Amino acid sequence: MFRNQYDTDVVTWSPAGRIHQIEYAMEAVKQGGASVGLRSKDYVVLATLKRAASELSSYQRKLFKVDDNMAIAISGLIADGRQLSRYMRSECINHRFVFETPMNVGRLVCQVADKSQVCTQRSWKRPYGVGMLVGGYDATGAHLYYTCPSGNYFEYKAMAMGARSQAAKTYLERKFETFEDCPLDELVQHALLALKESCTEGDLNSKNCSLAIVGVDRNLEILEDEDIQPYIRKMEADDGNPMETTADAAEPTVEGGADAEGTEGDEGGDATPMET
Amino acid sequence: VVPHGFVPTESNAPGNVDANVPLVPSSGGAPFAITEHNQGGFQHTQYPYVTGTSILALKYKYGVMIACDMLGSYGSTKRYKSVERMQTVGKNAVLAASGECSDFKYILTLMDGLTTDDYCLDDGQVLTPQEICSYLTRVIYNRRNKFDPLWNSIIVGGVGEDGDSYLGTVGMIGTSYTDSHIATGFGAHLARPLFRERQYDDMPEDEAKALLDDALRVCYYRDKQSINKFQVANITKDGATISEPYALSTAWHYNAFVNPAAHAVGTW
Repeated sequence: MFRNQYDTDVVTWSPAGRIHQIEYAMEAVKQGGASVGLRSKDYVVLATLKRAASELSSYQRKLFKVDDNMAIAISGLIADGRQLSRYMRSECINHRFVFETPMNVGRLVCQVADKSQVCTQRSWKRPYGVGMLVGGYDATGAHLYYTCPSGNYFEYKAMAMGARSQAAKTYLERKFETFEDCPLDELVQHALLALKESCTEGDLNSKNCSLAIVGVDRNLEILEDEDIQPYIRKMEADDGNPMETTADAAEPTVEGGADAEGTEGDEGGDATPMET
Repeated sequence: VVPHGFVPTESNAPGNVDANVPLVPSSGGAPFAITEHNQGGFQHTQYPYVTGTSILALKYKYGVMIACDMLGSYGSTKRYKSVERMQTVGKNAVLAASGECSDFKYILTLMDGLTTDDYCLDDGQVLTPQEICSYLTRVIYNRRNKFDPLWNSIIVGGVGEDGDSYLGTVGMIGTSYTDSHIATGFGAHLARPLFRERQYDDMPEDEAKALLDDALRVCYYRDKQSINKFQVANITKDGATISEPYALSTAWHYNAFVNPAAHAVGTW
């Protein structure tokens, strides 16, 4: 994206009718680590690819529990994502306290979108640099939403975001019509296979992947490390890849040419410093 | 009580007002009456003025029935005889209240606000009876904490989306619970024993109505602040209806009523 004369602040329109600052914020989301979400009639599954800043560091969490019936996967400025997840948790808990029922997912997403929009229309603020996949189950069924820094939100049957997410989206576009009545195990496999499309060297393992499952008879569960091992193994078995053994200390997916923040630069091109 | 149009200034403000607190905006007008509730930020317990008496409610096979009379008493005076003390909220819930009638009206405006929000969001989710009751519990309890209670005993009855009946109550101090049969006011003493004996969750509709009528009759005989004009609300999964007003047959020909003091020594 080339530099423009009208991109100094978020309160300036360009003659082409665009606000470049918002678009730059959405670019930060695109540079973030991949996340995938999909849903059936009764379940929602979110899968994320975690990054580690270096071999010595831990993997950065991108999947957050918002309530027993809701989780978010974030891409972009993780710090902004944590703020939004704190807001969402607060709203959910207040709703539960007053109404003694879980909050409606769509209504909360709408509130987050309205909050994000405020940041696109104040000269002293900047847009949130984070896109969220919100998966949850409420009285109206299973839902998956995608919010972005512009303050828009959309409901999806399946969606991927972050670096190299187009490959995941292509996989999802091929398969999404079967998701509605898909049993949960298959749904999880689809999520992992879609996420795998976005990996470099196809390297998905229990260390750099996390999973969230919620649905009609399941409170939200976030699976990482050992808990995710069986799903990864099953995916690799079905895929014809060699089985991952427990003794296998899998290499963390540290992108080549990464700077200290561990960004996933495209072949050493513009490394966005915004991921961490 | 302050006359309408009275504009309070520092010179004519009643006694114990903190002079630093502005009573009205400088542009004039009386946006709210200065009463003993809120002068200088000091609040007192209210007193109820126009009150309703018992509400009776029970679950039956297909849903919930709620019954009450239509009297608004002004102290001992039976002043308003067509007061609707029940109201449907949304499609499948009915709210009924005893106690101060104007506080009930205020609660109904809160309910209107919630149902309007649901209508505008138009996302397929509607307020369930249980959510109404939980919400009201918080409202009532918070008012009680401010020493400015809503002087009502509220009953919420309805049938949720899943077909389950719900019957809950909220007292004026914020106590709240659910049960298969509930009564407020005098009904708690007079009607509940009847319910305990004869109510069961699977009871057929005519039996439930007969039980309610018997309980209403007892309340009418024994509660001095009641009239022989009742309404019954019936909520099933198909919706909520409130009946037209009706009266119950009563009998006053007993010998004991002719000379009630016959065996009471020293009474008049």
